[in-house]
Amino acid sequence: MSLTRAAEAGAATTVAPAVDRRAAKRRAAWRRRGFVLALMSPWIVGFSIFFGYPLVYSAYLSFTHYDLISAPHWIGLANYRYLFGTDQQVWPAVKNTLWIIAIGVPLQVLFAFGIAMMVSRARRGVGVFRTVFYLPALAPPVAATLGFVYLLNPATGPVNTALKHLGIDGPLWFQSPGWAKPSLVLLGIWGVGNVMIIFLAAILDVPQHLYESAELDGAGAFQRLRWVTLPIISPVILFSVVIGVIQGLQYFTQAYVAADIASGQASQAGDQTVNNLGYPEGSTLFYPVLLYQHGFRYFNMGYASALSVLLLAVSFAVTLVIIVNSRRWVHYAGAA
Amino acid sequence: MSATTTAASAPLVRRKPPADVRRRRFLLGVANHSLLIVTAALFLGPFVFITLTALMTNDQALSAHLWPHPFRWQNFIDVFHKSPLWRWTLNTMIYSSLATLGLLLSSIPVAYALARVRWRGRNAVFMVVLIALMLPPQVSVIPLYVMWAKLHLVGTLWPLIVPSWLGDAFSIFLLRQFFMTIPEEYLDAARVDGCGEFRILITVVLRLAKPGIAAVALFSILYTFNDFFLPLLYTIDSPSHWTIPIGLSQFRSLHQVQWNLTMAATLLVMAPVILLFFLAQRAFVEGVTLTGVKG
Repeated sequence: MSLTRAAEAGAATTVAPAVDRRAAKRRAAWRRRGFVLALMSPWIVGFSIFFGYPLVYSAYLSFTHYDLISAPHWIGLANYRYLFGTDQQVWPAVKNTLWIIAIGVPLQVLFAFGIAMMVSRARRGVGVFRTVFYLPALAPPVAATLGFVYLLNPATGPVNTALKHLGIDGPLWFQSPGWAKPSLVLLGIWGVGNVMIIFLAAILDVPQHLYESAELDGAGAFQRLRWVTLPIISPVILFSVVIGVIQGLQYFTQAYVAADIASGQASQAGDQTVNNLGYPEGSTLFYPVLLYQHGFRYFNMGYASALSVLLLAVSFAVTLVIIVNSRRWVHYAGAA
Repeated sequence: MSATTTAASAPLVRRKPPADVRRRRFLLGVANHSLLIVTAALFLGPFVFITLTALMTNDQALSAHLWPHPFRWQNFIDVFHKSPLWRWTLNTMIYSSLATLGLLLSSIPVAYALARVRWRGRNAVFMVVLIALMLPPQVSVIPLYVMWAKLHLVGTLWPLIVPSWLGDAFSIFLLRQFFMTIPEEYLDAARVDGCGEFRILITVVLRLAKPGIAAVALFSILYTFNDFFLPLLYTIDSPSHWTIPIGLSQFRSLHQVQWNLTMAATLLVMAPVILLFFLAQRAFVEGVTLTGVKG
């Protein structure tokens, strides 16, 4: 169609076609812009309503007192003063979140890598092993957490029963402030299958000739791991650490369910009015749990907004660092 | 240079490794397999104990016995009598199907615009999508809750479903990655044949990206099946709208239900996902590896 138009234009005088062509081009550009806008429209609307607006509104709410019943009432910086000064729960919640990131993420990566290395070297049953290690990752988080609270039940749970047969007095697990977070880390390691699958694919992708030439140069097994495998799969490792940190910042479901079930188990009455968040003794009170408590137990929307603004600032900083650096990793992966 | 390479590698190809090297490799293989089997047993352990407990009587579940005697299969039926598991399943299916449908319909065009149409600001917009993807859901949850409360929709499934119909950052990201892999020649061929951009999307791109679309749908189904935080916020005070994860988390406290029934319910909730995995194993593994994200 455009070809015939060009031919017609060519047959006409010298001035007219230029104008005509330019107009056609402009029309095409507008059509294209309209097309892009139409394609993008779901995201533009969705992003404005479910992302842009909430961020602006929660920034406003963070300067107010708001209980959902009466209108928001401006109180200036009072929420932030309380957050950084008075609130005794903020710092422990931040520490708990940092703990789960600093301890949980490296352990997950280590286990995922170790298992992937072992599976990659298996001569037989690679498919079976891969399935076995992946299955726990498929268990819905609530179901997996329930299972673990039962397994690690201090008095009669299978784990402590087994430990007793070995002559070991098992810890109180989810019932003890010192062991609650390590128990959650165990649960995380059990569900490490996703990361393991990614590592396994990356390890199997390492070109075989690199190992051969390293061997020729006299590199032992450990040196091959250190100088061949690790550098080549390092982008995948970094990627999994990044995902781990992002998930750590929003760690909620397992902590909520474990505390809820374990506290219900401790108080046989199962009293719902008892504050079960962070049980035992606030040891599983992670930052998102704290935010939930203020927003949806106390309906302190203003203060919860202040908490969410701080979370936004921290995660935005983390995200920016990741995106800026990710170019280097992606390039690295392409070059390797 | 090539001469030295062949000189160096030639003996290695011809020579069989000496006996001691072979023996060491064999022993390493045995050690590796033993360690693998022990670790695999530890990973399967929780499933085994959950299953065993699900088959016990309540008294046994509270004792230190690890083996059920007698096996009480009735537990799996009792779960349905003691809790509205069907209702929760129905709610989850409504949430899952409507959200997945909306997410595909709204995210495919956006991903196409970000992957295959050239326009100014495209990279900046993609960056914004990535940032939105990485931020915790908790940062926007307070104003959204206020919004849904004002619309009198707290206590229904709508706050969970509606956002999916307006583009989902994770799906947009995934679909874009898949659309990028379609060779430009296919699109050019379609253009030469006189296809408009919209018809190219429908006829060429969608057909070629079918595995990607299947993976996105699969992830969405899994996500909605597992989702806990948002259903907790919006449906906790309205038990007739509970999804499976909310119902399961409340299962024990509901009627003072015992551990054996709780484990039976846990197993029943795990079963569909594991069944789905065995039916669509390739899609799962490929999806996880290709995207490298999401649990």
